[in-house]
Amino acid sequence: MDHLTALENKSIFIIREAYYRFRNIAVLWSIGKDSTTLLWHCRKAFFGKIPFPVLHIDTGYKFPEIYRYRDRYAKEWGLDLIVARNEEKIRSGMGPDKGSKLECCTELKTNALKAAIARHGFKAILLGIRRDEHGIRAKERVFSPRDGDFKWNYEDQPAELWDNYKSTTHEEDHYRIHPILHMTELDVWNYVKREEIPIIELYSSKEGKRYRSIGCQPCCSPIESRARTVDEIIEELTTTKTSERAGRAQDKEDAYTMQKLRSLGYM
Amino acid sequence: MEERSLHIVIVGHVDHGKSTLVGRLLYDTGSLAPEKYEEIKAASGGEGGSVEFAYVMDHLEEERKRGITIDVAHTFFQTAKRRYVIIDAPGHKEFLKNMITGSSQAEAALLLVDITQGVREQTRRHCCILGLLGIDQVAVLVNKMDVVNYSEEAFDSVKGDIESALSGVGVNPSYIIPVSAIKGDNVADRSPNLGWFKGPTVLEALDSFSSLGMEDKALRFPVQDIYDMDGTSVIVGRVESGSMHRGAEVCVFPEGRTARIREIRKFMADDIEEAATGECIGVCIEDGALRRGQVLTDGATPTRSGSIRANVFWMAGRAWHPEMELVWKGTTQEARARIERILKRFDPASIEVIEKDAEEILPAEVAEVEIRLEKEVVVDRFTEIPEMGRFVLEHLGEPVAGGIII
Repeated sequence: MDHLTALENKSIFIIREAYYRFRNIAVLWSIGKDSTTLLWHCRKAFFGKIPFPVLHIDTGYKFPEIYRYRDRYAKEWGLDLIVARNEEKIRSGMGPDKGSKLECCTELKTNALKAAIARHGFKAILLGIRRDEHGIRAKERVFSPRDGDFKWNYEDQPAELWDNYKSTTHEEDHYRIHPILHMTELDVWNYVKREEIPIIELYSSKEGKRYRSIGCQPCCSPIESRARTVDEIIEELTTTKTSERAGRAQDKEDAYTMQKLRSLGYM
Repeated sequence: MEERSLHIVIVGHVDHGKSTLVGRLLYDTGSLAPEKYEEIKAASGGEGGSVEFAYVMDHLEEERKRGITIDVAHTFFQTAKRRYVIIDAPGHKEFLKNMITGSSQAEAALLLVDITQGVREQTRRHCCILGLLGIDQVAVLVNKMDVVNYSEEAFDSVKGDIESALSGVGVNPSYIIPVSAIKGDNVADRSPNLGWFKGPTVLEALDSFSSLGMEDKALRFPVQDIYDMDGTSVIVGRVESGSMHRGAEVCVFPEGRTARIREIRKFMADDIEEAATGECIGVCIEDGALRRGQVLTDGATPTRSGSIRANVFWMAGRAWHPEMELVWKGTTQEARARIERILKRFDPASIEVIEKDAEEILPAEVAEVEIRLEKEVVVDRFTEIPEMGRFVLEHLGEPVAGGIII
């Protein structure tokens, strides 16, 4: 079995296991290449018809291209799309320049997700994070329990052996499920190429710049790049020396911001 | 380049330099982004300008402040030969479950031994775990050679200790290599400081290991779930060993009845005749309904039993006692379980059998046990079909032990 097929099968096994264990789950779709790859695996796992909602956390600060892409493929792939927004904070003008980035991410992403989980009673959320993205994500489990306050107890994670995942929950808990944890950035692009997954145009170079990692518009900086096609992006990544999230502002506030964000329930 | 990536776990006693080695390996192979290196350099603080290579892997604030690894981290790099997934495991006894979690995914291991300390408690414990998990590709790295001025005599004396300690737990190291992780000697590049050593560098040792091949084995297809697709019942699961063929007659265990495979399904693929080991598929069968936990088989018959003999390694922070309620989980099968008899138990750090017919198993101990299950399950010996010969025990939903069927 080739490398990409092996990665895909691992992911499909995890997705089906999460669905069996919890049934009431959702997949988080940020519209980026990773969560779109995860969505692709979900479509494969369920033979084209994903039997649970697809959740988009909308901070109101997303790129306009994101909304267009989202609505197009939600329709084309027959997704049960739920858009979650922290309306109160969006209306009160919360933004990355008001207070800290930590606070903004917490309110507009983490708390919006919290509210959506509570409203729909989801017992598990599938997320497209990967181990090679960040040192903190390198330490994640595939099935990661979170308590009612969303806390990630990273100092005492459950043992995880041979695809046997801890899955018991108490009333308030939920699980974060990470089916593509084992894929690298380059794996994702090679997979996108092989599967011909439609990818949002923000990743393609325009006027000498492109986005390598996509989130909210104010906190994402494009990189210098001439790569326009998936092939050119793959070519660029095999030679680059900068890291994927170099353009993501929230990682940089201090060395442990990402750890703090994640321990509070950030994605 | 080889298709599959090789998973390597880094093990060894506390402070023998595991995380530092990984950081060094990434740095010397150009796998560390410059701005990550700068971040680590800044976080290392102004202690004489030295860079903490361990920070590449030890990313939690608590880990850096305490100078230890708490949880296992995975990282990726590649050589001209293949891709690697490097799994950095913690060395403290209290984080043993994390070490086992990391090791359970590995096909080969690098064992670090500090030249000034030699074989220590966790060195032995980790070797024993590697042995139980069937990881027999092990390279021992005798670290901190810079501290002993790269002395060949010092290396030779520790080498003998290592060989005798490891043979006691059934591990035969492929190489014993003198290195300095912090200085980079013999990691990616051959070091003039260690000119007397004729063996491979760490990188060469890694490239000499082989991926575990897919052997031709009997079919084992544990049912994972059943989906209703427009009125058709589709059985989903992963082919754990062997292969599945359309039209073939298979045996349904534990019942032992037969069924015929009518169709193999995958999304966006038509007319599938065969599914290989590792593939997640859907199947439709001609006869009767199935449920999760049943196993479709062909060829050699698996063992169907309500009682199994196994080696278990106790990962929980609290000891096992006879009243403890357990759940056995192997592939997609699940059954309430009780440890009926402890034939022997031992502390792998010392290897001596503590007690025969024991009444308890303490944290971090290994025991040979007889497990009674509330219903029959389908298993194979670990040495025959590993996927069907290993399991987890849970207590109140918490994984407390891993086991290998003997």
